[in-house]
Amino acid sequence: MKKLLSLAFLVIMAGGIASAQPRSAAVQNTLIRNATVLTVSHGTLTNTDVLIRNGKIAGIGKGLKAPEGARLIDATGKFVLPGIVDAHSHTMMDGGVNECTRSVTSMARVQDILNPTAIGIYRELAGGTTSALLLHGSCNSIGGLSSTVKLKWGHTAADFPFPGAMPGIKFALGENPKRTNQNNPGVPARYPATRMGVEETIRDAFARARDYKRDWDDYRAAIARGEKNVAPPRRDLELDPLVEVLEGKRYVHSHCYRADEILMLIGVADDFGFKIRTFQHVLEGYKVATEIARHGAGASTFADFWGYKMEAYDAIPYNSAIMVRHGIVVSVNSDSDETARRLNIEAAKMIRFGGLTEEEALKLVTLNPAIQLGIDRRVGTIDLDKDADLAIWSAHPLSVYAHVEQTFIDGELLFDRQADLARRPQLEAERKTLEAADANKPPAQGGGPPRAPSAIRRANAHEDDNQEREDNQR
Amino acid sequence: MKTIERKAAALLAVLVLVPLVQNARAQDTDRTDSQMTNTPAPTYVIRNARIVTVTGADIENGTIVISGGRITAIGATASVPAGATEIDARGLTVYPGMIDVGTNMGLVEVGQGAPGTVDLQELGEMNPNIAAVWSINPHSSHIAVTRVDGVTSVLSMPAGGIISGQAAFINLAGSSPREMAVVPEAALVIQFPRIGGGGGGGGFFQAQQAVTPEAITQRDRRLENIRHMLRDAEAYGRAQDAYRKDPKSVLRPMTDLKLAALVPYARGERPVIFRAERERDIRGAIRLAEEMKLKPIIIGASEGWKMAAFLKEHNVPVILDGVLNLPLREDDAYDSLFENAAKLQAAGVRFCISAGDSGAQVRDLPYHAGMAAAFGLSKTEALKSVTLYPAQIMGVGDSMGSIEQGKIANLVIADGDILEARTNIRYLFINGRQIPLVSRHTMLNDQFKDRK
Repeated sequence: MKKLLSLAFLVIMAGGIASAQPRSAAVQNTLIRNATVLTVSHGTLTNTDVLIRNGKIAGIGKGLKAPEGARLIDATGKFVLPGIVDAHSHTMMDGGVNECTRSVTSMARVQDILNPTAIGIYRELAGGTTSALLLHGSCNSIGGLSSTVKLKWGHTAADFPFPGAMPGIKFALGENPKRTNQNNPGVPARYPATRMGVEETIRDAFARARDYKRDWDDYRAAIARGEKNVAPPRRDLELDPLVEVLEGKRYVHSHCYRADEILMLIGVADDFGFKIRTFQHVLEGYKVATEIARHGAGASTFADFWGYKMEAYDAIPYNSAIMVRHGIVVSVNSDSDETARRLNIEAAKMIRFGGLTEEEALKLVTLNPAIQLGIDRRVGTIDLDKDADLAIWSAHPLSVYAHVEQTFIDGELLFDRQADLARRPQLEAERKTLEAADANKPPAQGGGPPRAPSAIRRANAHEDDNQEREDNQR
Repeated sequence: MKTIERKAAALLAVLVLVPLVQNARAQDTDRTDSQMTNTPAPTYVIRNARIVTVTGADIENGTIVISGGRITAIGATASVPAGATEIDARGLTVYPGMIDVGTNMGLVEVGQGAPGTVDLQELGEMNPNIAAVWSINPHSSHIAVTRVDGVTSVLSMPAGGIISGQAAFINLAGSSPREMAVVPEAALVIQFPRIGGGGGGGGFFQAQQAVTPEAITQRDRRLENIRHMLRDAEAYGRAQDAYRKDPKSVLRPMTDLKLAALVPYARGERPVIFRAERERDIRGAIRLAEEMKLKPIIIGASEGWKMAAFLKEHNVPVILDGVLNLPLREDDAYDSLFENAAKLQAAGVRFCISAGDSGAQVRDLPYHAGMAAAFGLSKTEALKSVTLYPAQIMGVGDSMGSIEQGKIANLVIADGDILEARTNIRYLFINGRQIPLVSRHTMLNDQFKDRK
C-alpha cells in the first residue's frame, strides 16, 4: 500500500513539476553569440561565440556559423561561465543523509536514494550549478559511498550519475562522529566518543580491510596457480569499498575541522598507503596547509562559515587563499541546498579574503572541484570537446548583482529564466485548481488530514549537521 | 606637511603602533582599547573621496570632517579645523556604515556545543522585562569580525518564548553594552504565536504542524495572553501615573517589573517587533497591533510579497531577514524570497534587509541586499535597505544611516561598491573613532598564513 502511494506520488510529481519542461529525445544544438566567456582555463574572451553541438562544446570563437535548426542566443552584455561544481552536497537525498547506527557504514550507498524530483535540483540549476558530489552524512568515522551527479532535472535517477566519475566514500572526524552534540533521549551512546576513538575506528577498519584483501589476493593467486580445492573468502560489503580505497580505485572525501584530526587522518592513510582525495570543510586547513599539500590532498571548504560550533571557532575566511598559496587544489562548497544556489558569491568573497585573483576565485567553484572529483576532463572549463555544461549570466558572476539566465547540461537547456517567468501564471492557476480540490479542503470542510508543509531552512543551514536534528524533530 | 616629514611621522607611527598591535594580539583579539573611549573623539578630515551620502547626491571628489564623534562638515570643499588627522581617500568611496536590525549580536558566541556562551532564549513565555542590553558581550569575537566588513550598528534581540524581551540598538564598538548602545531598550520582541508553533523562535527551523482544532485553540490562547498582558500594562501605567500625580490620596500600586517594562510598548511609544513569516501570521500580528494600538514592525515576512498592498495600507515596516532562505513552499518560484524586497518596494512598503544571523554571519549583510538587487531591486534601494532604511525603521534615521552633517560618524571607506563581495574595506569609523581593521580572523590569518 505504501509502495502504491509513493508510486502515485511520483506520478503526480512527474505530471506536475517535471513535465513543466517537455523535452525531445535529441538535444537541440545551440549557438551563444557575442558573450563574454570566462573560460577559467585560458582567460576571458570578449565578444565571443560558443557553439554547442551534440551536447559538447564544439566551437569557441568569433563569427561562428550556426548549424541548421540550432537555437540562437544573443548574449550581448552577458557572461558565460562553466557550470559550477559543488564538491559537497546532499541534494536529492531527502531524509537519507546519515546512516548513523554504526561507526563504519561503508556498505550504505547514496546512489540508492537519489530523488530526481527534489526541487533543490532546479533551484541549484537556477544558480548555475550543474554537477555535485553527493555525500553521506558525517555521523560516523567511515560513512557511506558517495555519488557524483549531473543535475539533470527532468530526467530519471538513472541519468544523474556522472559517467566515468571516480567512486567515492565519506569519512568524518571530530565532533560529529564522536556524537558531541547529539544527546538525544532514548538514543544509546555509540563508540567512538573521542577523537582518539575516531582514529582507532578508522585504523581498525583498514586493518580488517587489509587482511580481507590479503585473503582475496591469496585466493586469486591460488586459482591462478591452478589449485582446485580452494574456497573463496566470504564477500564483505563493508570492507569491499575500503579495499578499493587501498587499491586507489575509490576517492576518500573526509569531513574534518581541526588541525590535529587532519594530521591524524594523514598519518593513518600513510600507515596503510592510501591517499585522501579531499579534506571536506577543513576549516583549520590553513594551520596545516603544508602537511595537506605534502600529502597531495585537495581541500573543499566553506567560504566564510564559522563559529557555529566549537570546532568551527578558529575557522577564518582566509582559509581558501592560504591553502591555494600552499599549492593545494581548493574548492568552495555549499553543503546546503541553499548555498548551492549562489556559490558564485562564495567564490567572490575569496577575492576580499586573501586576495585571490578573479580566475583563482572562479576556479574554486569550477575547475578545482572538477579536479577533486576526477571529472575535469569533461567539465570545469569552457574548452573544445568538453561537455556543454555551462550557464549564461546577466552580469559578471563574481558580482552580487548577477543572476543566471540559462543553464545547460550536456547541451540541454535545463533552466531558462524567461521560460520560468512565463510559466508562472499557468502554475498559479494550477495551484488554485488543486487547492479547490476535495483532497485539499481543510478538515472542517470535509477534507482529509493535511500534510505539514516543509520546514523553513535558514540561510547557511548545513545539511550534515542539521539533517539529523531535523530527523529527530520528526 | 612636507613629504619627508610625513614619512618620518609615518615611520614614527609604525614604531609606536607595532608593539601596541603585537601586545593586543597577545592578550586578546577583540577588546577595544580603553583609550578609544576614555579620550575625546579626535578630529579627522577625509579628502579626495567619492562620497555616497545615501540621502543626497553622490559627491565625486569631496571632503568629510569628523569631530567629537559626529560628521561636522561634508561637501566638495569644507573648512578643516586645525590638528585634524588627514586621510587621503583618493580612488576610494565613503559610505555610511551598514546596519543590521535582525541579529542576536553578543548573545551567542558558539551556538552548538558550548551552552555557556549562549544567552539567547529565556525560559517562560512572557519575558518583557529581560533586556539584551544587560547581557551583550562587548568582547564577543563576532563584533570585530562584523565591523571590519562594514557593518557598524545592529539591533540585538533576545529570541525565547513568546514575548522574548527587549532588543538593544548598538554600535559595534565599545567596552560595555551601555557604551555601545544607541538605544538601550529599542524594541520589544514578540514571536507571534503560530498554529502548531512552539513558544520560541530563532532556531534553524520553523516547522509548521497540521491545522488541528487543538493547535488553533492553543494559538488563540497565546494571543489572548498577549492581549491580557498588554491591557494590564496599560492599566498599570495609568495607575502609576495617577499615584505619581497624587501620592497622598491614590493607593500606591505594587511594583510589577513585567508590566512596568511593557508600559512604553503598550502605549505605542516604542516599537514592537513581531516575528511572522506566513501571510496568515503577518495579518494576525498587524491586526493584534492595531487592536492594542501598538507600533508594529514585522520581522521575517517571507510571504510579504503576497500581501504587499495590505502592508502598505497599514503602513507597517518590515525587516526582511530571509532573502537567502529557501522558498517556503516547494512550488514557490525559485526566486520568491530574492524578489520579495523588490515587490515590497514597488508597492511602497517600508522595508529593510537583515542577514538573519545571530552574529557570526552578520557580515554577509551586503550580499543579502545584493541578491535582492540581482532580482529587481535597484542598486540605490539595495544600499538604502542596509543603511538608511533600518535606521529609519528603528527610529534613529535622524542620527545615522546616511552621510549628513550632524549625524553619528559611522563611516566605511572602501575601494569599490560596498555591496560587492570583491570590494575591500580600507578604513572604518564608529562613533567618530577610527577602528583598526583587526579581528580574530585577521589575527589567525597573520599567525598562520606563512607557516611552512
